[in-house]
Amino acid sequence: MAEEADDRKPLLSKKIDKFFKGLADAWSFVRRYFQEAFLPPFEFKELIHQCYRIGVESLPLISLTGFIVGIVFTNQSRPSLSEFGASSWLPSLISIAVVRAMGPLVTALIAAGKVGSSIGAEIGSMKVTEQIDAMEVSATNPFKFLVVTRVTATTIMIPLLVMYTDFVALMGSFLNVNANEMVSLTTFFFQVFESITFLDIWSSVLKSIVFGFTIGIVGCYKGYNSTKGTEGVGRAANSAVVISMFLIFIEELLALQIVNAIRNM
Amino acid sequence: MKEKVVEAIGLKKSFGDLHVLKGVDLELYRGETVVILGKSGAGKSVFIKIMVGLLTQDSGVMRVLGQDVEKLKTKALNTLRLKIGFSFQNSALYDSMTVKENLEFPLVRNIKNLTRKEKDLKIEEMLDSVGLPQTINQMPSELSGGQKKRIGVARTLILNPEIMLYDEPTAGLDPITCMEINNLINEVQDRFRTSSIVITHDLTCAKITGDRMAVLLDGQFRSKGSFQEVFSKAEDQQVKSFYDYNFIES
Ligand SMILES: Nc1ncnc2c1ncn2[C@@H]1O[C@H](COP(=O)(O)OP(=O)(O)OP(=O)(O)O)[C@@H](O)[C@H]1O
Ligand SMILES: [Mg+2]
Repeated sequence: MAEEADDRKPLLSKKIDKFFKGLADAWSFVRRYFQEAFLPPFEFKELIHQCYRIGVESLPLISLTGFIVGIVFTNQSRPSLSEFGASSWLPSLISIAVVRAMGPLVTALIAAGKVGSSIGAEIGSMKVTEQIDAMEVSATNPFKFLVVTRVTATTIMIPLLVMYTDFVALMGSFLNVNANEMVSLTTFFFQVFESITFLDIWSSVLKSIVFGFTIGIVGCYKGYNSTKGTEGVGRAANSAVVISMFLIFIEELLALQIVNAIRNM
Repeated sequence: MKEKVVEAIGLKKSFGDLHVLKGVDLELYRGETVVILGKSGAGKSVFIKIMVGLLTQDSGVMRVLGQDVEKLKTKALNTLRLKIGFSFQNSALYDSMTVKENLEFPLVRNIKNLTRKEKDLKIEEMLDSVGLPQTINQMPSELSGGQKKRIGVARTLILNPEIMLYDEPTAGLDPITCMEINNLINEVQDRFRTSSIVITHDLTCAKITGDRMAVLLDGQFRSKGSFQEVFSKAEDQQVKSFYDYNFIES
Protein backbone atom coordinates (compact mmCIF):
# COMPACT_ATOMS: atom_id res chain seq x y z
CA MET A 1 0.00 0.00 0.00
CA ALA A 2 2.59 2.47 1.12
CA GLU A 3 4.75 1.60 -1.84
CA GLU A 4 1.88 2.12 -4.25
CA ALA A 5 1.26 5.57 -2.86
CA ASP A 6 4.96 6.22 -3.21
CA ASP A 7 4.86 5.34 -6.90
CA ARG A 8 2.14 7.85 -7.63
CA LYS A 9 4.00 10.77 -6.08
CA PRO A 10 5.60 13.21 -8.52
CA LEU A 11 9.35 12.98 -8.92
CA LEU A 12 10.13 16.22 -7.13
CA SER A 13 8.12 15.23 -4.10
CA LYS A 14 9.97 11.91 -3.98
CA LYS A 15 13.29 13.70 -4.13
CA ILE A 16 12.30 16.01 -1.31
CA ASP A 17 11.19 13.00 0.74
CA LYS A 18 14.52 11.33 0.12
CA PHE A 19 16.39 14.48 1.06
CA PHE A 20 14.65 14.79 4.41
CA LYS A 21 14.98 11.08 5.14
CA GLY A 22 18.70 11.42 4.47
CA LEU A 23 18.85 14.43 6.75
CA ALA A 24 17.11 12.58 9.59
CA ASP A 25 19.44 9.65 9.05
CA ALA A 26 22.53 11.87 9.19
CA TRP A 27 21.22 13.58 12.29
CA SER A 28 20.81 10.29 14.12
CA PHE A 29 24.37 9.38 13.08
CA VAL A 30 25.64 12.60 14.68
CA ARG A 31 23.60 11.93 17.82
CA ARG A 32 24.97 8.43 18.02
CA TYR A 33 28.50 9.87 17.91
CA PHE A 34 27.81 12.02 20.95
CA GLN A 35 26.12 9.15 22.78
CA GLU A 36 29.00 6.78 22.26
CA ALA A 37 31.98 9.14 22.38
CA PHE A 38 31.72 9.66 26.12
CA LEU A 39 30.92 6.11 27.23
CA PRO A 40 33.65 3.56 27.99
CA PRO A 41 35.36 1.46 26.70
CA PHE A 42 37.55 4.01 24.91
CA GLU A 43 39.72 3.04 21.97
CA PHE A 44 42.71 5.24 22.84
CA LYS A 45 45.22 3.32 20.82
CA GLU A 46 43.17 3.61 17.65
CA LEU A 47 42.51 7.30 18.38
CA ILE A 48 46.24 8.04 18.61
CA HIS A 49 46.84 6.02 15.47
CA GLN A 50 44.20 8.01 13.59
CA CYS A 51 45.54 11.37 14.82
CA TYR A 52 48.97 10.39 13.64
CA ARG A 53 47.64 9.24 10.29
CA ILE A 54 45.72 12.46 9.71
CA GLY A 55 48.83 14.48 10.49
CA VAL A 56 51.07 12.46 8.21
CA GLU A 57 48.53 12.38 5.39
CA SER A 58 47.95 16.11 5.25
CA LEU A 59 51.21 17.67 6.41
CA PRO A 60 53.16 17.75 3.12
CA LEU A 61 50.33 19.24 1.10
CA ILE A 62 49.38 21.71 3.82
CA SER A 63 52.97 22.89 4.24
CA LEU A 64 53.35 23.53 0.56
CA THR A 65 49.97 25.21 0.11
CA GLY A 66 50.27 27.34 3.23
CA PHE A 67 53.70 28.55 2.25
CA ILE A 68 52.71 29.42 -1.29
CA VAL A 69 49.50 31.11 -0.20
CA GLY A 70 51.57 33.28 2.15
CA ILE A 71 53.99 34.32 -0.57
CA VAL A 72 51.39 34.88 -3.28
CA PHE A 73 48.96 36.75 -1.10
CA THR A 74 51.68 39.09 0.11
CA ASN A 75 52.91 39.69 -3.36
CA GLN A 76 49.47 40.40 -4.74
CA SER A 77 48.48 42.75 -1.94
CA ARG A 78 51.59 44.89 -2.20
CA PRO A 79 50.61 47.08 -5.21
CA SER A 80 47.28 48.16 -3.67
CA LEU A 81 48.91 49.07 -0.39
CA SER A 82 51.84 50.80 -2.07
CA GLU A 83 49.44 53.04 -3.94
CA PHE A 84 48.59 54.63 -0.60
CA GLY A 85 52.16 54.45 0.59
CA ALA A 86 51.07 51.86 3.14
CA SER A 87 53.17 48.85 2.29
CA SER A 88 54.46 48.85 5.86
CA TRP A 89 51.02 47.58 6.79
CA LEU A 90 51.56 44.37 4.85
CA PRO A 91 52.32 42.18 7.89
CA SER A 92 49.15 43.37 9.64
CA LEU A 93 46.99 42.80 6.59
CA ILE A 94 48.43 39.35 5.93
CA SER A 95 48.19 38.20 9.52
CA ILE A 96 44.55 39.18 9.77
CA ALA A 97 43.70 37.52 6.47
CA VAL A 98 45.62 34.35 7.32
CA VAL A 99 44.44 33.89 10.90
CA ARG A 100 40.84 34.88 10.36
CA ALA A 101 40.07 33.19 7.09
CA MET A 102 42.73 31.66 4.91
CA GLY A 103 44.46 29.40 7.43
CA PRO A 104 41.32 27.58 8.57
CA LEU A 105 39.77 27.50 5.13
CA VAL A 106 42.83 26.26 3.25
CA THR A 107 43.56 23.60 5.88
CA ALA A 108 39.99 22.40 6.04
CA LEU A 109 39.59 22.18 2.28
CA ILE A 110 42.82 20.25 1.88
CA ALA A 111 41.96 17.94 4.75
CA ALA A 112 38.50 17.39 3.28
CA GLY A 113 40.15 16.26 0.07
CA LYS A 114 42.90 14.18 1.62
CA VAL A 115 41.54 12.91 4.92
CA GLY A 116 37.79 12.99 4.27
CA SER A 117 38.06 10.97 1.09
CA SER A 118 40.37 8.40 2.65
CA ILE A 119 38.05 7.95 5.64
CA GLY A 120 35.07 7.57 3.30
CA ALA A 121 36.86 5.04 1.12
CA GLU A 122 38.31 3.06 4.00
CA ILE A 123 35.10 2.70 5.97
CA GLY A 124 33.15 2.17 2.75
CA SER A 125 35.35 -0.73 1.72
CA MET A 126 35.18 -2.19 5.22
CA LYS A 127 31.42 -2.04 4.93
CA VAL A 128 31.13 -3.74 1.56
CA THR A 129 33.65 -6.46 2.41
CA GLU A 130 31.75 -7.26 5.62
CA GLN A 131 34.63 -6.24 7.89
CA ILE A 132 32.20 -4.09 9.87
CA ASP A 133 29.88 -7.09 10.27
CA ALA A 134 32.87 -9.15 11.35
CA MET A 135 33.63 -6.65 14.12
CA GLU A 136 30.04 -6.72 15.21
CA VAL A 137 29.91 -10.51 15.50
CA SER A 138 33.11 -10.53 17.52
CA ALA A 139 31.20 -8.43 20.06
CA THR A 140 33.07 -5.21 19.30
CA ASN A 141 31.17 -2.03 18.64
CA PRO A 142 32.35 -1.01 15.15
CA PHE A 143 30.84 2.45 15.52
CA LYS A 144 33.05 3.10 18.49
CA PHE A 145 36.16 1.59 16.98
CA LEU A 146 35.84 3.15 13.52
CA VAL A 147 33.60 6.21 13.69
CA VAL A 148 34.17 7.67 17.15
CA THR A 149 37.95 7.42 16.86
CA ARG A 150 38.12 8.98 13.41
CA VAL A 151 35.72 11.83 14.10
CA THR A 152 37.45 12.64 17.39
CA ALA A 153 40.80 12.53 15.65
CA THR A 154 39.82 14.99 12.93
CA THR A 155 38.22 17.25 15.54
CA ILE A 156 41.48 17.35 17.49
CA MET A 157 43.88 17.46 14.57
CA ILE A 158 42.35 20.07 12.26
CA PRO A 159 42.76 22.93 14.80
CA LEU A 160 46.40 21.89 15.33
CA LEU A 161 46.97 21.73 11.59
CA VAL A 162 45.33 25.15 11.21
CA MET A 163 47.81 26.67 13.65
CA TYR A 164 50.58 25.05 11.72
CA THR A 165 49.23 26.39 8.40
CA ASP A 166 48.95 29.88 9.90
CA PHE A 167 52.57 29.70 10.93
CA VAL A 168 53.81 28.39 7.58
CA ALA A 169 51.80 30.96 5.64
CA LEU A 170 53.17 33.77 7.78
CA MET A 171 56.69 32.46 7.22
CA GLY A 172 56.08 32.52 3.48
CA SER A 173 54.79 36.03 3.78
CA PHE A 174 57.79 37.03 5.88
CA LEU A 175 60.22 35.80 3.24
CA ASN A 176 58.49 37.96 0.67
CA VAL A 177 58.28 41.02 2.93
CA ASN A 178 61.87 40.54 4.03
CA ALA A 179 63.10 40.43 0.45
CA ASN A 180 61.18 43.51 -0.62
CA GLU A 181 60.86 45.77 2.42
CA MET A 182 63.88 44.53 4.42
CA VAL A 183 61.74 43.96 7.51
CA SER A 184 63.38 41.78 10.17
CA LEU A 185 61.78 38.65 11.63
CA THR A 186 61.15 40.29 15.02
CA THR A 187 59.59 43.39 13.50
CA PHE A 188 57.44 41.24 11.25
CA PHE A 189 56.10 39.08 14.05
CA PHE A 190 55.74 42.06 16.36
CA GLN A 191 53.41 43.60 13.80
CA VAL A 192 51.61 40.31 13.33
CA PHE A 193 50.83 39.90 17.02
CA GLU A 194 49.95 43.56 17.30
CA SER A 195 47.15 43.21 14.77
CA ILE A 196 45.52 39.91 15.65
CA THR A 197 43.18 39.94 18.61
CA PHE A 198 42.18 37.33 21.10
CA LEU A 199 38.81 37.06 19.39
CA ASP A 200 40.55 36.28 16.11
CA ILE A 201 42.44 33.38 17.63
CA TRP A 202 39.48 31.98 19.52
CA SER A 203 37.12 32.18 16.61
CA SER A 204 39.73 30.55 14.41
CA VAL A 205 40.20 27.66 16.84
CA LEU A 206 36.47 27.14 17.36
CA LYS A 207 35.84 27.28 13.65
CA SER A 208 38.56 24.72 13.00
CA ILE A 209 37.05 22.38 15.57
CA VAL A 210 33.75 22.58 13.70
CA PHE A 211 35.52 22.03 10.36
CA GLY A 212 37.38 19.02 11.78
CA PHE A 213 34.20 17.49 13.13
CA THR A 214 32.49 18.05 9.79
CA ILE A 215 35.24 16.34 7.80
CA GLY A 216 35.29 13.33 10.13
CA ILE A 217 31.57 12.83 10.49
CA VAL A 218 30.78 13.28 6.79
CA GLY A 219 33.52 10.84 5.76
CA CYS A 220 32.38 8.25 8.29
CA TYR A 221 28.69 8.70 7.51
CA LYS A 222 29.22 8.28 3.78
CA GLY A 223 31.49 5.27 4.28
CA TYR A 224 29.28 3.60 6.87
CA ASN A 225 26.24 3.91 4.61
CA SER A 226 27.87 3.01 1.35
CA THR A 227 25.98 0.39 -0.60
CA LYS A 228 27.24 -2.89 -1.96
CA GLY A 229 30.08 -3.02 -4.41
CA THR A 230 33.30 -1.23 -5.21
CA GLU A 231 31.38 1.42 -7.11
CA GLY A 232 29.69 2.35 -3.83
CA VAL A 233 33.08 2.84 -2.19
CA GLY A 234 34.18 5.29 -4.86
CA ARG A 235 30.92 7.14 -4.56
CA ALA A 236 31.26 7.29 -0.78
CA ALA A 237 34.74 8.82 -1.01
CA ASN A 238 33.66 11.28 -3.65
CA SER A 239 30.54 12.52 -1.93
CA ALA A 240 32.41 12.73 1.39
CA VAL A 241 34.67 15.35 -0.21
CA VAL A 242 31.95 17.25 -2.01
CA ILE A 243 29.59 17.41 0.95
CA SER A 244 32.20 18.34 3.53
CA MET A 245 33.61 21.10 1.31
CA PHE A 246 30.10 22.46 0.81
CA LEU A 247 29.41 22.38 4.55
CA ILE A 248 32.76 24.01 5.33
CA PHE A 249 31.87 27.03 3.19
CA ILE A 250 28.43 27.30 4.80
CA GLU A 251 30.02 27.10 8.25
CA GLU A 252 32.58 29.72 7.27
CA LEU A 253 29.78 32.10 6.30
CA LEU A 254 27.91 31.46 9.54
CA ALA A 255 31.08 31.94 11.58
CA LEU A 256 31.69 35.23 9.81
CA GLN A 257 28.23 36.49 10.76
CA ILE A 258 28.61 35.40 14.36
CA VAL A 259 32.07 36.91 14.80
CA ASN A 260 30.96 40.18 13.23
CA ALA A 261 28.00 40.32 15.58
CA ILE A 262 30.32 39.81 18.55
CA ARG A 263 32.71 42.44 17.27
CA ASN A 264 29.94 44.99 16.95
CA MET A 265 28.63 44.43 20.44
CA MET B 1 17.33 -36.68 22.83
CA LYS B 2 20.27 -34.39 22.20
CA GLU B 3 20.21 -30.71 23.13
CA LYS B 4 19.18 -28.26 20.41
CA VAL B 5 21.75 -25.46 20.12
CA VAL B 6 20.01 -23.68 17.26
CA GLU B 7 16.32 -23.73 16.50
CA ALA B 8 14.64 -21.73 13.77
CA ILE B 9 10.85 -21.79 13.60
CA GLY B 10 8.83 -20.33 10.73
CA LEU B 11 11.46 -17.74 9.90
CA LYS B 12 10.48 -15.14 7.30
CA LYS B 13 12.58 -12.37 5.83
CA SER B 14 11.97 -10.01 2.91
CA PHE B 15 13.92 -7.12 1.44
CA GLY B 16 11.27 -4.87 -0.08
CA ASP B 17 9.44 -6.99 -2.65
CA LEU B 18 12.02 -9.74 -2.53
CA HIS B 19 10.84 -12.55 -0.26
CA VAL B 20 14.04 -14.34 0.63
CA LEU B 21 13.02 -16.66 3.46
CA LYS B 22 9.41 -17.82 3.42
CA GLY B 23 9.05 -19.62 6.71
CA VAL B 24 12.04 -21.88 7.28
CA ASP B 25 12.53 -24.37 10.10
CA LEU B 26 15.84 -25.87 11.10
CA GLU B 27 17.43 -27.32 14.17
CA LEU B 28 21.06 -27.94 14.98
CA TYR B 29 21.85 -30.46 17.72
CA ARG B 30 24.92 -30.27 19.91
CA GLY B 31 28.00 -31.73 18.30
CA GLU B 32 26.61 -32.22 14.80
CA THR B 33 27.31 -30.49 11.50
CA VAL B 34 24.44 -29.41 9.31
CA VAL B 35 25.18 -28.46 5.72
CA ILE B 36 22.95 -25.90 4.04
CA LEU B 37 22.84 -26.18 0.27
CA GLY B 38 21.05 -23.87 -2.09
CA LYS B 39 21.21 -21.70 -5.14
CA SER B 40 23.00 -18.38 -5.17
CA GLY B 41 20.73 -15.75 -3.72
CA ALA B 42 18.55 -18.35 -1.98
CA GLY B 43 19.08 -16.63 1.35
CA LYS B 44 21.64 -18.91 2.99
CA SER B 45 23.82 -16.05 4.18
CA VAL B 46 20.75 -14.15 5.31
CA PHE B 47 19.72 -17.16 7.41
CA ILE B 48 22.96 -17.34 9.38
CA LYS B 49 23.15 -13.56 9.69
CA ILE B 50 19.82 -13.68 11.49
CA MET B 51 21.40 -16.22 13.82
CA VAL B 52 24.00 -13.71 15.04
CA GLY B 53 21.69 -10.70 14.98
CA LEU B 54 23.30 -8.97 11.98
CA LEU B 55 19.84 -9.03 10.39
CA THR B 56 16.47 -9.39 12.05
CA GLN B 57 13.66 -11.55 10.74
CA ASP B 58 10.23 -10.19 9.82
CA SER B 59 8.49 -13.01 11.66
CA GLY B 60 9.24 -16.36 13.22
CA VAL B 61 11.67 -17.28 15.98
CA MET B 62 15.41 -17.85 15.97
CA ARG B 63 16.62 -19.49 19.16
CA VAL B 64 20.35 -19.93 19.73
CA LEU B 65 21.60 -21.71 22.86
CA GLY B 66 18.12 -21.35 24.28
CA GLN B 67 17.89 -17.59 23.73
CA ASP B 68 15.58 -15.74 21.39
CA VAL B 69 18.12 -13.71 19.38
CA GLU B 70 15.68 -11.02 18.30
CA LYS B 71 14.72 -10.16 21.88
CA LEU B 72 18.26 -9.83 23.25
CA LYS B 73 19.59 -6.46 24.39
CA THR B 74 23.02 -5.35 23.11
CA LYS B 75 24.94 -6.73 26.06
CA ALA B 76 23.29 -10.14 26.10
CA LEU B 77 23.55 -10.33 22.32
CA ASN B 78 27.29 -9.69 22.53
CA THR B 79 27.67 -12.42 25.14
CA LEU B 80 25.87 -14.80 22.82
CA ARG B 81 27.93 -13.69 19.82
CA LEU B 82 31.11 -14.68 21.63
CA LYS B 83 29.84 -18.26 21.67
CA ILE B 84 29.34 -18.24 17.91
CA GLY B 85 32.18 -18.24 15.40
CA PHE B 86 31.20 -16.68 12.09
CA SER B 87 33.48 -17.37 9.15
CA PHE B 88 32.47 -14.94 6.42
CA GLN B 89 31.94 -15.78 2.78
CA ASN B 90 34.77 -13.47 1.70
CA SER B 91 36.86 -13.96 4.87
CA ALA B 92 36.33 -10.33 5.97
CA LEU B 93 39.84 -9.99 7.37
CA TYR B 94 40.63 -6.46 8.57
CA ASP B 95 42.85 -5.38 5.73
CA SER B 96 44.57 -2.56 7.56
CA MET B 97 45.90 -5.03 10.15
CA THR B 98 48.45 -7.85 10.02
CA VAL B 99 47.38 -11.45 10.54
CA LYS B 100 48.52 -11.21 14.13
CA GLU B 101 46.51 -8.05 14.78
CA ASN B 102 43.50 -9.66 13.13
CA LEU B 103 43.61 -12.50 15.64
CA GLU B 104 44.38 -10.18 18.52
CA PHE B 105 41.41 -7.96 17.76
CA PRO B 106 38.65 -10.15 19.24
CA LEU B 107 40.99 -11.45 21.92
CA VAL B 108 41.99 -8.19 23.62
CA ARG B 109 38.48 -6.79 23.44
CA ASN B 110 36.76 -9.74 25.01
CA ILE B 111 39.19 -11.35 27.41
CA LYS B 112 40.54 -8.89 29.92
CA ASN B 113 43.87 -9.06 31.76
CA LEU B 114 45.75 -11.24 29.33
CA THR B 115 49.51 -10.84 29.46
CA ARG B 116 51.47 -10.21 26.28
CA LYS B 117 52.84 -13.75 26.51
CA GLU B 118 49.47 -15.42 26.94
CA LYS B 119 48.16 -13.51 23.97
CA ASP B 120 51.08 -14.47 21.74
CA LEU B 121 50.81 -18.09 22.81
CA LYS B 122 47.11 -18.21 22.02
CA ILE B 123 47.63 -16.58 18.61
CA GLU B 124 50.40 -19.01 17.74
CA GLU B 125 48.28 -21.94 18.82
CA MET B 126 45.42 -20.83 16.59
CA LEU B 127 47.66 -20.24 13.60
CA ASP B 128 49.15 -23.69 14.14
CA SER B 129 45.73 -25.29 14.23
CA VAL B 130 44.91 -23.84 10.81
CA GLY B 131 48.39 -24.72 9.57
CA LEU B 132 49.62 -21.20 8.82
CA PRO B 133 52.12 -20.20 11.52
CA GLN B 134 54.43 -18.54 8.97
CA THR B 135 51.89 -15.89 7.95
CA ILE B 136 51.80 -14.19 11.34
CA ASN B 137 53.30 -10.89 10.23
CA GLN B 138 51.76 -10.72 6.77
CA MET B 139 49.00 -8.42 5.64
CA PRO B 140 45.75 -9.97 4.36
CA SER B 141 46.45 -8.59 0.88
CA GLU B 142 49.52 -10.82 0.71
CA LEU B 143 47.54 -14.01 1.37
CA SER B 144 45.88 -16.32 -1.14
CA GLY B 145 42.13 -16.92 -1.03
CA GLY B 146 42.53 -20.24 0.79
CA GLN B 147 44.92 -18.76 3.33
CA LYS B 148 42.50 -15.92 3.99
CA LYS B 149 39.72 -18.44 4.65
CA ARG B 150 41.89 -20.26 7.17
CA ILE B 151 42.96 -17.09 8.95
CA GLY B 152 39.29 -16.12 9.08
CA VAL B 153 38.55 -19.46 10.74
CA ALA B 154 41.46 -19.00 13.16
CA ARG B 155 40.15 -15.56 14.11
CA THR B 156 36.75 -16.96 14.96
CA LEU B 157 38.19 -19.96 16.81
CA ILE B 158 40.30 -17.85 19.12
CA LEU B 159 37.38 -17.19 21.46
CA ASN B 160 36.49 -20.91 21.74
CA PRO B 161 33.01 -20.72 20.22
CA GLU B 162 30.41 -23.43 20.84
CA ILE B 163 28.88 -22.99 17.42
CA MET B 164 30.77 -22.47 14.15
CA LEU B 165 29.11 -20.97 11.08
CA TYR B 166 31.02 -21.39 7.83
CA ASP B 167 29.73 -19.35 4.90
CA GLU B 168 30.95 -21.05 1.72
CA PRO B 169 34.33 -22.10 3.08
CA THR B 170 35.46 -23.70 -0.17
CA ALA B 171 34.06 -21.29 -2.74
CA GLY B 172 36.58 -20.27 -5.37
CA LEU B 173 39.31 -22.65 -4.21
CA ASP B 174 41.11 -25.42 -6.06
CA PRO B 175 40.20 -29.06 -5.23
CA ILE B 176 43.31 -29.65 -3.10
CA THR B 177 42.77 -26.56 -0.98
CA CYS B 178 39.07 -27.46 -0.75
CA MET B 179 40.05 -30.83 0.69
CA GLU B 180 42.34 -29.11 3.21
CA ILE B 181 39.53 -26.82 4.28
CA ASN B 182 37.12 -29.74 4.59
CA ASN B 183 39.59 -31.54 6.81
CA LEU B 184 40.09 -28.39 8.82
CA ILE B 185 36.35 -28.16 9.45
CA ASN B 186 36.30 -31.75 10.66
CA GLU B 187 39.38 -31.23 12.82
CA VAL B 188 37.87 -28.15 14.43
CA GLN B 189 34.75 -30.17 15.11
CA ASP B 190 36.74 -32.92 16.86
CA ARG B 191 39.17 -30.71 18.69
CA PHE B 192 36.95 -27.92 19.92
CA ARG B 193 33.70 -29.91 20.24
CA THR B 194 31.72 -27.37 18.28
CA SER B 195 28.38 -27.69 16.58
CA SER B 196 28.56 -26.33 13.05
CA ILE B 197 26.56 -25.05 10.14
CA VAL B 198 28.35 -25.19 6.80
CA ILE B 199 26.96 -23.32 3.81
CA THR B 200 28.23 -24.61 0.51
CA HIS B 201 27.52 -25.37 -3.15
CA ASP B 202 30.17 -28.02 -3.09
CA LEU B 203 28.72 -31.50 -2.57
CA THR B 204 32.09 -33.05 -1.80
CA CYS B 205 32.48 -30.58 1.02
CA ALA B 206 28.91 -31.35 2.09
CA LYS B 207 29.48 -35.09 2.07
CA ILE B 208 32.75 -34.92 3.99
CA THR B 209 31.79 -32.41 6.65
CA GLY B 210 28.04 -32.84 7.09
CA ASP B 211 26.03 -35.14 9.32
CA ARG B 212 22.81 -33.80 7.88
CA MET B 213 21.91 -31.78 4.78
CA ALA B 214 19.25 -29.13 4.31
CA VAL B 215 18.48 -27.82 0.84
CA LEU B 216 17.20 -24.26 0.67
CA LEU B 217 15.09 -23.68 -2.43
CA ASP B 218 12.57 -20.91 -3.08
CA GLY B 219 12.74 -19.66 0.46
CA GLN B 220 12.14 -23.00 2.15
CA PHE B 221 14.11 -26.04 3.23
CA ARG B 222 12.86 -28.42 0.55
CA SER B 223 14.71 -31.50 1.61
CA LYS B 224 16.42 -32.51 4.84
CA GLY B 225 18.30 -35.60 5.97
CA SER B 226 21.57 -37.43 5.58
CA PHE B 227 23.49 -37.14 2.31
CA GLN B 228 22.11 -40.51 1.19
CA GLU B 229 18.55 -39.64 2.08
CA VAL B 230 18.62 -36.30 0.30
CA PHE B 231 20.32 -37.35 -2.91
CA SER B 232 19.78 -41.09 -3.45
CA LYS B 233 16.08 -40.74 -4.07
CA ALA B 234 15.95 -37.07 -5.00
CA GLU B 235 12.67 -36.46 -6.80
CA ASP B 236 12.86 -32.70 -6.84
CA GLN B 237 14.40 -31.63 -10.13
CA GLN B 238 16.43 -28.82 -8.56
CA VAL B 239 17.83 -31.02 -5.80
CA LYS B 240 18.73 -33.57 -8.44
CA SER B 241 20.52 -31.09 -10.62
CA PHE B 242 22.69 -30.15 -7.67
CA TYR B 243 23.85 -33.72 -7.49
CA ASP B 244 24.23 -34.22 -11.22
CA TYR B 245 26.40 -31.16 -11.58
CA ASN B 246 28.76 -32.12 -8.79
CA PHE B 247 29.19 -35.80 -9.56
CA ILE B 248 29.32 -36.14 -13.30
CA GLU B 249 28.72 -39.75 -14.29
CA SER B 250 31.15 -40.98 -16.88
N1 LIG C 1 21.14 -6.33 3.49
C1 LIG C 1 20.43 -6.64 2.40
N2 LIG C 1 19.64 -5.73 1.81
C2 LIG C 1 18.90 -6.04 0.72
N3 LIG C 1 18.91 -7.24 0.13
C3 LIG C 1 19.68 -8.19 0.65
C4 LIG C 1 20.49 -7.94 1.82
N4 LIG C 1 21.16 -9.08 2.12
C5 LIG C 1 20.78 -9.98 1.19
N5 LIG C 1 19.90 -9.46 0.32
C6 LIG C 1 19.28 -10.17 -0.79
O1 LIG C 1 18.77 -11.39 -0.32
C7 LIG C 1 19.00 -12.43 -1.25
C8 LIG C 1 19.69 -13.59 -0.57
O2 LIG C 1 21.00 -13.20 -0.24
P1 LIG C 1 22.06 -14.18 0.42
O3 LIG C 1 23.30 -13.41 0.56
O4 LIG C 1 21.49 -14.80 1.62
O5 LIG C 1 22.23 -15.28 -0.70
P2 LIG C 1 23.05 -16.63 -0.59
O6 LIG C 1 22.09 -17.75 -0.54
O7 LIG C 1 24.03 -16.53 0.51
O8 LIG C 1 23.78 -16.63 -2.00
P3 LIG C 1 25.32 -16.91 -2.35
O9 LIG C 1 25.44 -18.37 -2.51
O10 LIG C 1 25.52 -16.20 -3.65
O11 LIG C 1 26.13 -16.35 -1.25
C9 LIG C 1 19.78 -11.83 -2.38
O12 LIG C 1 18.92 -11.62 -3.47
C10 LIG C 1 20.29 -10.52 -1.86
O13 LIG C 1 20.30 -9.56 -2.87
MG1 LIG D 1 26.00 -16.14 0.71
